[in-house]
This record gives sequence, C-alpha cells and structure tokens, in this order.
Amino acid sequence: MDWRDRLGRVGELLHEFYVVRHRGALARERRQEDDLFMLLVFSEMMGIENPSNYYTLELLPLLYEGFHEWHLRMGMDHSPLEHFRCC
Amino acid sequence: MNALYLMVAGLGAFTVGYLVYSRFISERIFQLNPEFRTPAHVQEDGVDFVPTNRWVLWGHHFTSVAGAAPIVGPAIAVIWGWLPAFLWITLGTVFFAGIHDAGALWASVRNEGKSIGALTESVVGKRARSLFMIIIFLLLLMVNAVFAIIIARLFVQHPTSVIPAWFVIAVAITIGYLLYRRGVALLWPSIIGVTLLYASMLVGNQIPLSLPESMFGLGPAGIWVVILFTYAAIASLLPVWLLLQPRDYINGLQLFIGLGIFFLAVLLARPEVVAPMINPSVPDDVPPIFPLLFVTIACGACSGFHGLVSSGTTSKQVNNEQDVRFVGFLGTVGEGSLALAAIIACTAGFATLGDWQGYYTSFATNGIDAFVQGGGGILASIPGISESFGRTLLAVMAILFAATTMDTGVRLLRYIVQEWGTIYDIPVLTGKGLSTVLAVGCCLALAFGSGGGGEGGLIIWPLFGTTNQLLAALTLLVLSVFILKQGRPTVYTLAPFSFLLFMTVWALLTQLRGFYDNEQYFLLGLDAVILVTAIWVGLESLSALRKAASESRESSA
Repeated sequence: MDWRDRLGRVGELLHEFYVVRHRGALARERRQEDDLFMLLVFSEMMGIENPSNYYTLELLPLLYEGFHEWHLRMGMDHSPLEHFRCC
Repeated sequence: MNALYLMVAGLGAFTVGYLVYSRFISERIFQLNPEFRTPAHVQEDGVDFVPTNRWVLWGHHFTSVAGAAPIVGPAIAVIWGWLPAFLWITLGTVFFAGIHDAGALWASVRNEGKSIGALTESVVGKRARSLFMIIIFLLLLMVNAVFAIIIARLFVQHPTSVIPAWFVIAVAITIGYLLYRRGVALLWPSIIGVTLLYASMLVGNQIPLSLPESMFGLGPAGIWVVILFTYAAIASLLPVWLLLQPRDYINGLQLFIGLGIFFLAVLLARPEVVAPMINPSVPDDVPPIFPLLFVTIACGACSGFHGLVSSGTTSKQVNNEQDVRFVGFLGTVGEGSLALAAIIACTAGFATLGDWQGYYTSFATNGIDAFVQGGGGILASIPGISESFGRTLLAVMAILFAATTMDTGVRLLRYIVQEWGTIYDIPVLTGKGLSTVLAVGCCLALAFGSGGGGEGGLIIWPLFGTTNQLLAALTLLVLSVFILKQGRPTVYTLAPFSFLLFMTVWALLTQLRGFYDNEQYFLLGLDAVILVTAIWVGLESLSALRKAASESRESSA
C-alpha cells in the first residue's frame, strides 16, 4: 500500500465516522422528501390536478423502481392505480 | 505525589479492567458469539441498520457519550480530595459503566436493535417504560440548563474563548455545505477545518470579548444563557446535515486531539498533585461525601445516558457480536480517561495548595474554572503553548462539548413535545415552532429558576447526576432481568444496580433537606418528582425480578 492508498483509506474511515451518527435521521428526512416527490409525479394518475404533469410524465419510468416500497409506506398494499400495475 | 503516577495508575486500571474483567463478562455472562447474526445484518436497510467497521463504531460511540459532563463532575468532586474521585472513576468505569454500557449494547443487539426504552417495556412492563420517559425528559431538561450555565460561565471567566467558540459554527456549516452540496471529499476540509479552529483560538487569545456588566437587568452570564438558548432553538430547527452533523464531527476530532495533547503535556510537565488526598478542611457549604460523591460524578464513572446511545444508534450498526466488547467497554474507557484528565488538571495544575484552595472555596461553582486554570498550566509545558493559550484551548474544548450536547438536547426535547402533541391530539404542538418555544422555555425556566440569574445555577448539578444515575440503575435492572431469563448469574449487574439505587435515593433525600433549608422550592419540587420516580423504579424492579426468578425456576424444574 503506498501513501496515496493509505490517505484514501483514512479519508474513507473519516467519511464513515462523519455519517455514522446521523445516517438514520438523514435517510429518513430524505425519504420523506422523496415520498412527496413521488406523490407529485403520480398525482395526475390519481386524479389530482398537477400543472407540471407534462414534465413529471417523463420521470415515471425512472421512479418506477421505488414505486413498490413507496405505496407500501403510504399504507396501500397494492398499486392504487388501475392501469399502473405493481404487485 | 506526582500526577504521572495518577495517570499511569488510572490508565493501568482501565487496561487491566478491559483485558481481564471485560473478557470475563463477555465470555461468561454475555457469551458473545461471533456466529450470531446481528441486527445490522438481519435487518440491513441502509438507513438505521448498517454493518459498520468496529473502529468507526467505537469512535462514534465514544464521541457520542463523552462531553462536558465527565469534565465538570470530577472537577467539582475533587473538593473532597483527589482520592475519592480517582477511586470512584477507576472502579466505576470498570465495574459499573463498563458492564452497563456494553450490557445495554449487547441486550439491544440480542433484541433486534431495540432501544432501552422499548426493551424496558418488553422485559419489565409498560409502567416502567413510562417512568423511563419521565426520567429522560427531566434529564434532557437539566442537561440543557446546566450546560448553558457552564458555557455562560466560561464565556465570562475566559472571554478569549468567545471568538473560537462561535467561529466553529461557520467552519461546521462550510464543511456540511461542501460535503452535501458540492460533493467534496472529506479529508481536506477536515484538516483545514481543524487547523482553522485552532487558528481561531490564537486569534481569540489576542482578542477577548466581554459583554457589558448589565443589560436588561441581567448580568453577563444571564445574557449569555439567553443568547445560547436563542442559538440552540435556531440550530435545532436547521437541517441535520447543515449544522449538527459537521459540528458533531469536528467536536469528535477535537476530542481525540485534545485528549492526546493533554496526556502528552502531563508526560512532559510531570506536575505535582498539590490538592490533598482527602481534604480535611472542606468549605462549609459542601455536602457530605456519602452519598454526594456518587451523584456529582455520573458521566466518567457511570451514566445512564450511555445506555441510550448504546441501544439507540450503536446497536443497530454492530457488525459482529464480538465487537460489543470492543465498542462498549472501550467507549467507557475513553470516557474514563477524559474524567482522569479532568482530575489531574484540577489537582496538579496549581503551584501551591493555597492556589488550589483559592478555587475550591465553595461547592459546585468553581470546578470548571479550576479545570481550565489548572489544565492551562499543565499544557504550557508543551513547547510553543503559552499558559493563556492553554487556558483558551481547554475552555473552548469544554464549551464545544457542552454546546453540541445542547444542540442535540434541544432537538430531542422538541421531538418529545411533538410526540405528546400527537398522542394527546393537540395539533399546535405537532409543528416545529411552538414545540421548540416550549422546549426552550422549560430549559430557560430551569436555568433561571435555580437561582442566581444564571450566575450560580450549578446548584442543580448533583440533581442532574442523580437523575443520570437513576437511569443507569434502571438500565442495569432491565439488563439483570434479561440475563436472569437466560439463566445466567446476575450478581455482576444486580450489585452495581443496588449500589446506584441506594446512593441515588440517599442523595435525593439529602438534597431534599438542603433545598428545603435554603428555601429553593422549585428545586424541592423537582427533587420530589425524581424521588417518587426512583422509589417507584425500585418497586417495579423488585416485582419484575421476582417474576423472572420464579419463571426461570419453573422452566428449570
């Protein structure tokens, strides 16, 4: 291991030390924001008027991956959308 | 006697305690198993449950539990002489705190990473959990009030600490911004940030800042208390990544650097301990050493707050069950060394016994000043560090510890108030605004209600220690019941539990009498609430233990 690798390892450990205490709190905060964003993107399909629908439509395929966990967190066992199957 | 002996004896006792006693407890009582799948693996979610390198986890645990309290407690307690404080810290760290901290960690790891509050409910009962919440609320209230008073006192006594103590906020916010908004790697911002912090101490040392003698009918310490709580309220509303996280981080780095510098200075200076081994002529207002010593030093010997950290964030990130010994016991040893440093600073940092006695003229008020004054003298033995810079360095260190605890403390109090809002269906309390105002308001009331307009408010220090010990006792009880259910010997947890419960109840009664005599009715009420809780905890524990004992007898029959 040369000094560059060592320094890199020290940096990694420092970063771990930096995030370790608040990882949970930050991840939860981020998830809340993401959940709201999800609602925004899918709102038109659920019958909620959304002026930015034209733009958020493009995001649908990108967000589909997290859709399952999201509808579970929102207290819906299955996809709330008829034409948008999930599980 | 030379302080070097004290340092070697203390660190030696910690080492033997870790190598021998913690090994015994881990093998016989906890029976740590490297094959056991920890919650960090079973429930791994990238949010709370993440397997973490044991050195990183130890760093997290140690810096979370070590703060201003292991400095302030011993700094006050050496008024009875250095020996009682030294013995309580070394024996307490090994036989009380070690098993308490590591035990809470282990019990939580064995119970899906549950917090000690949730564990109490499942092991002892619902009522016990409610008692737990009351104790935690009071503890948070007191920690915020006491630490604000300590910081204010340090600002007034050591005005050179004002600039660096506030400057670190700018450093923290810059690091948080660079990391999260600019994606910069952490190494260089850390090095530059810490360098800037120490540079700001040099600047502060040249430019002391003092508040005017009187403003709005308050003295300078009172004004600082108000300013500090205004800051804490704003800070607790900011996003975690912007201020709290980088501030905790710098504080952690600073703790390692500060401890290293201090023990190096003791090696170089080899100062004589001028304080008496047992003080034959304590000032008139000093309460009896039994039981007050055991509640004056809580953090540093045994503190219930550690159990909250152990079972809160640490247990969910333990990679291998065998790490419990390393993280739990060594975290305690780290805290014990900080307390040891405080004892050495407060007893060996003075030229003569007369100088020492000049600081210890009354109970509780001057302890932290003695730490800064004495420690500054010892630090001056390092080439390039002047005595005044040494004092600024230690004052800033104590202030940063206390301030980061306040930042977290006010936030946690707000969460509790918000939770009450949800439970009792009071919508206005569920928002951030009013709940913060209420949380800070309670702390301010306590800071000023304890008398002296924020000047002499360290009166509540022993009461804070008592509450902290009570929490530790409750944790040890939960641990004992859990161990009993596994059919293993409980004497190693029940003995410290009984000792702590006995001492806290005795200390509460002693203080109750003191508050009544001094007509401090606000504190009298607070003391009474804690006393009732303590007795209740005793009764609950007896019934829970009896039940668990009969269950284990039945299952073995």
